[in-house]
Amino acid sequence: MSLRAFHILFIVISVFLAAGFGVWAVRHYQATRDALIFVLGAASLVGSVLLAVYLVWFISKTRKMGPS
Amino acid sequence: MSTAVIRYIDKPHPVTGVTNAKLGTWCFLASEVMLFGALFSAYVLLRTGVSEWPHGSQFLNVPLATLNTLILITSSVTMVMSWASLMLKQFGKYRLYLAITILLALAFLVVKGFEYGHKFEHHHFPSTNTFYAIYFTLTGLHGLHVIGGVVVNAYFLFFGKRMWETHPEQFAGRIECAGLYWHFVDLVWIFLFPVLYLL
Repeated sequence: MSLRAFHILFIVISVFLAAGFGVWAVRHYQATRDALIFVLGAASLVGSVLLAVYLVWFISKTRKMGPS
Repeated sequence: MSTAVIRYIDKPHPVTGVTNAKLGTWCFLASEVMLFGALFSAYVLLRTGVSEWPHGSQFLNVPLATLNTLILITSSVTMVMSWASLMLKQFGKYRLYLAITILLALAFLVVKGFEYGHKFEHHHFPSTNTFYAIYFTLTGLHGLHVIGGVVVNAYFLFFGKRMWETHPEQFAGRIECAGLYWHFVDLVWIFLFPVLYLL
């Protein structure tokens, strides 16, 4: 597996982590009313979308940079 | 008596489908998977072996860990950008991205240091209980791997120019292998963060 392919796999897993943390943070906020965690969770959900956008950009930009 | 020499090759080996350097790197990473896999298994056994296990979010600093997660994900992006710059023959950009990667790794260690310091101030040590024992073991071993990545990347940053000028393909291959290692280290943290801090 090339670095390009490993990076794509890593970002896909990161998207799931960011989305999962966002969901966890919302549920944690409902139980504890910890505003900082809620803000971090919201930012993480936005981050998961940004990572997905970056993933599409990265795949298209490095398509000719070697086999995946 | 015969001696076997594994030569450096730019193109993938016809048998393995990858370069020798990349094959060696993946063999090394496979041994690392076994090391961390054994520790994760120990964590699962310890956790399922007791009736009650503390929630990580009650005892550990989730905001700091979130910051460290952001730092490592960003560093993986700069690492791959560093390699891509070499593929595009842009040595200046390669050095810039690699320097950023190193700085991000150092930032991770500083944040981790604050986290450890806070724990020690409150007299929470590996010997305190099983939870802290597995927490310090897993994060400590991961931290050592981050330090290893910093050393390797710093070597390529400060001493890589000569090899780039004489053997550019070989140098790009080395950076790709360093990038594979760095992504593995980041991936370990991606699993450590939810397992230790959130569950």
